[in-house]
Amino acid sequence: MIAEAGLAALWLGAALCALQLVAAGLAVRGQDALAGIVRPVAVAQAALTALAFALLILLFVRVDLSVALVFENDHSAKPFLYRFAAAWGNHEGSMLMWVAILTVAGAAVALFERKLEERTLLATLGGQAAIGLGFYAFLLFASNPFARLFPVPPEGRGLNPLLQDPGLAFHPPTLYLGYVGLSVAFSFAIGALLTRDVGPAFARAMRPWVLGAWIFLTIGITAGSYWAYYELGWGGWWFWDPVENASLMPWLAATALLHSVTVLATRDGLRAWTLMLAVLAFSMSMIGTFLVRSGILTSVHAFAVDPRRGSFLLALLFIYIGGALALFGARVGTVREGSRFDPISREAGLVANNLLLSAILGIVLVGTLYPLLVEAATGTKLSVGPPYFNAAAGPLALILVAIMAAGPLLRWRRDNLKPLARRIAPAAILALAVLAAVKLAAPTIHILSLLGLSLAAGLALASVAPLWKRNLLRTPLFVWGMVVAHLGVAVSLAGMACDSSFTVEKLVAARVGERVAVGPYSITLDAIDPTFAENWQALQATLLVRRGEGDTLTLTPQARAYWAPPTETSETAIHTALDGQLYTVIGKQAADGRWQLRLWWKPFVTLIWAGGALIALGGALALVGRVWRGRRKPAEQWL
Amino acid sequence: MKQTVRWAPLVLFILLGSAMTYGLAKPDSTNIRSKMIGASVPTFTLPPATAGLPGLASSDLAAGRPHLVNIFASWCVPCVAEAPQLKAIADAGVPVMGIAVRDRPEALQRFLARNGNPFRAIGADDASQVQMAMGSSGVPESFVVDGHGRILSQVIGPINPEDVAGIVAEVRAAR
Repeated sequence: MIAEAGLAALWLGAALCALQLVAAGLAVRGQDALAGIVRPVAVAQAALTALAFALLILLFVRVDLSVALVFENDHSAKPFLYRFAAAWGNHEGSMLMWVAILTVAGAAVALFERKLEERTLLATLGGQAAIGLGFYAFLLFASNPFARLFPVPPEGRGLNPLLQDPGLAFHPPTLYLGYVGLSVAFSFAIGALLTRDVGPAFARAMRPWVLGAWIFLTIGITAGSYWAYYELGWGGWWFWDPVENASLMPWLAATALLHSVTVLATRDGLRAWTLMLAVLAFSMSMIGTFLVRSGILTSVHAFAVDPRRGSFLLALLFIYIGGALALFGARVGTVREGSRFDPISREAGLVANNLLLSAILGIVLVGTLYPLLVEAATGTKLSVGPPYFNAAAGPLALILVAIMAAGPLLRWRRDNLKPLARRIAPAAILALAVLAAVKLAAPTIHILSLLGLSLAAGLALASVAPLWKRNLLRTPLFVWGMVVAHLGVAVSLAGMACDSSFTVEKLVAARVGERVAVGPYSITLDAIDPTFAENWQALQATLLVRRGEGDTLTLTPQARAYWAPPTETSETAIHTALDGQLYTVIGKQAADGRWQLRLWWKPFVTLIWAGGALIALGGALALVGRVWRGRRKPAEQWL
Repeated sequence: MKQTVRWAPLVLFILLGSAMTYGLAKPDSTNIRSKMIGASVPTFTLPPATAGLPGLASSDLAAGRPHLVNIFASWCVPCVAEAPQLKAIADAGVPVMGIAVRDRPEALQRFLARNGNPFRAIGADDASQVQMAMGSSGVPESFVVDGHGRILSQVIGPINPEDVAGIVAEVRAAR
């Protein structure tokens, strides 16, 4: 009954979605008869999809094997949290989550958006309904999560053991909140193009939604990176894998949008460009979803791939992205050009930021799709790896960091080089000092890492400079947000540079009792013991870890074997110190009885994710600051 | 804004979409065309891998008759599954030559006793050197080699029953 109720809720939601589209469409054309129902229908629709998603989770928690999806992905021996998370660790469930978030985002706009002009708001909700309708169709006709199975099998097929990790419970939902949250910006842009209402008021209305989605994307990417780092056991934190790129591209577009929307809100500039970015950001989300779900690119993340569904998703891409870009082409000429600005000004800095972010986005997009393009043209299979991405995107990212240091120190509209030079001088001096010091201490360091460390130091100082001589208590929260987020970039960059240049890696074959030195640690392989839990068994190494004359710690990396489905994984054991992480993995036993151990000492690697968390925190401060201030003084000119 | 710039995003997207359409529509092939096809087998001389059968040298493969060269090992489970197909190919008159990778004579003896012996010669490749030089990354793999020692085709993984007729025909055509 639960499955049927879920399916019924989805069908009802789809019907309401169609109603929302029609009513909003009529309202935009000037017929207001149905305008009043648009908001309540959006809310009711969200309630129905949220109900359907909750019912699916209930089916998974109860391990109802008469539902095909539960049989494929669940198992009664699985711990509760993973039965819960299994609901979205698969294609159908994740698409239902996608639709649920889409409609909830639409409902949030209907309930809380008060700044946008009514007709533009209705057009926005119409856009949201148009997107929703396609994804409802995809769910109902091509990926029904509630399909029944007969005869009912006695036990489920489990879940990919790599996904049996607390990270999975939160990583995909946060990423999806980000991906799908960007649909709101997309719909805003569609609404504004339809009603030709583009200006500071529109930008101020759109900004919190962009910020919200961007925060979730940032958290999702940061968490995903850490998850891959400790779960895959390869010691890396970013692999330029198509699926990782699929999450990075919307983030790059959303970051650019976040900055251009500020120009539009503050100075009424960059109108067409902001609309373009709003369309682009969600388009990248959809393209990312398509790349992940269709399996046209080979990826380590290919957990749920089905080429048949790919054609359905591709058709949706053509309709939505193609339609939005066609609307843009047809309408953008009628959007009045925004105000102009000087080549040395805050606006110009933000334009440079936007161009660099877009260029990096282009590099990632080309690198991700290049294997596909080459195969289309010449029939050769190849893959593009980190060397391309690092070499192509790295230098641009460093230039971006340099501009990021200067940007917040520039005045709006017009500024002069001399005062700017005075403001940036301390940061520049610090950067040069770090450059010289690092070069002296480590003469063989890679140029990108060297510049990374130097620029990170400069950016760290420059990003707190806007607080200089301010009353810190009266500084608006969104200024704090900018400071914290930019500081986060500096912290993260420093972590990346340290990790790539100072990591010590050791692959050894050790006997029990043998001692190995890695970085500042000496490690003794004390024992190898079998161990087990409800759905796996493992060989566990006991490593006695000692740093200098300090206390002895115990690390226990495992080589696990799951039995539903049978899969082997390695569980890393990580010791986090203030100045880095010791990362240990146990491998196979060699014929002579020695055990393979992979040991890494990674100085300051944790800064990468700490920086990511700071960036997200900065976003959250800015969001709270904007919304709060918007409530208090709706008419005031914003900074 | 200029007319052309306005439509540029749409045009770019359509190009991108066409590439993705191609990506979906292309036949989903996991066959990799071997780089070794058309190349001569590397020069090697391998000692006998087990008593009673001669070893294998590259000169044996260039003596005028086409062969099937099978890279295998007694410790390889798919090689057991492949054995009936090799037997059928040998029974059809195709000379099958073996290269045993990282194997031991007594283990090989047991393997041949249990699964039948389709081989006319087996060379012992104890360090996988010939295997690597042949462009093989695992066991089992098989190569059809013409009478001049040139590689005509490569089968990665075990030979399946439906492949037998094709391989026999290919060897006959190479005579």
